[in-house]
Amino acid sequence: MSDSKIKIVAPPEGVTGEGFFATKLNDVVGLARANSLWPLPFATSCCGIEFMATMASHYDLARFGSERVSFSPRQADMLLVMGTISKKMAPILRQVYEQMAEPKWVISVGACACSGGIFDTYSVLQGIDKVIPVDVYVPGCPPRPEQIVEGVMKLQELVKNESVRRRSSPEYKELLASYNIQ
Amino acid sequence: MALETTEIQEKLIETFGSKVKQFSQEKDIFTLEADSDIITAVILFLKNDPTLRFHFLTDLCGIHYPDNEEDRQFAVVYHLHNWYEMKRIRIKSFLNGSKPEIKSVTNIFTGANWMERETYDFFGINFIGHPQLKRILNMDEMVSFPMRKEFPMEDSGRTDKDDRYFGRTPSNC
Repeated sequence: MSDSKIKIVAPPEGVTGEGFFATKLNDVVGLARANSLWPLPFATSCCGIEFMATMASHYDLARFGSERVSFSPRQADMLLVMGTISKKMAPILRQVYEQMAEPKWVISVGACACSGGIFDTYSVLQGIDKVIPVDVYVPGCPPRPEQIVEGVMKLQELVKNESVRRRSSPEYKELLASYNIQ
Repeated sequence: MALETTEIQEKLIETFGSKVKQFSQEKDIFTLEADSDIITAVILFLKNDPTLRFHFLTDLCGIHYPDNEEDRQFAVVYHLHNWYEMKRIRIKSFLNGSKPEIKSVTNIFTGANWMERETYDFFGINFIGHPQLKRILNMDEMVSFPMRKEFPMEDSGRTDKDDRYFGRTPSNC
């Protein structure tokens, strides 16, 4: 047990003394959130296949605290939209996003989810940011699992540095209001 | 004895006279044109005649010919199949460009239901007598009929897909 090389997330900045450690609540909450992001896969096409590889043992997204793939939006923190979203699908994606509890983050995986990709046509939504706010965009058609992992790590950075008050700030409410989300 | 195309043609002309025309062999499918007002009668005849026996509707779709004269700007194409003789037939029916409508064949072939809805969805052809003529593939809020030729290939209001960002100039794209 003692010779195992388990890497543990470094503690946030703070003051250490004998028997105590003082730091900011923000940092502790951010650390906890960033390392337990439960993903909700919204996979509609080939990017979803890459996500399967990302979750499997070789790339193993569980290393980043995303062990449990949540198939209920109510118990997920990170919505991963992977694949072409048609305009007919847009209200469903929006409903899934609305059902997620705060705090929630969105990663848009692949060219189609980010911008419509090659499908510059009447039936395809030209980027999911037309209907829901997006935190991280992962380019690629489809992106490699390494890129998806990179996207999750970028999101972890965002989550770590996010203020605990952000979700009740007027800016955030304004952002949601601009998408017509309550 | 195999079902000959000449026999089909004779039977149709005998029954419908000059309302069926333009008989031709397009590749391996016998093709004809029927006036839109008798289309249900033609299809019913092809289905129920004891020697013709076209019991199966393979496909139903629309075509837009914007350059044709007003009365022939839309076409509805029916593909029927006789499984006993392994023979196919194609029937085209032309419709008016400003008011494209034709009788529904859902009473003859139930499978035509979704095909007619799809044709309505993409071409705006009105199938009279269809039990539920609404969009099937596109979203309900859509107002245009995207497979009509006047529908633009690309959204002209786009600002993010500027050709200059992709190294394209008018001479190379």
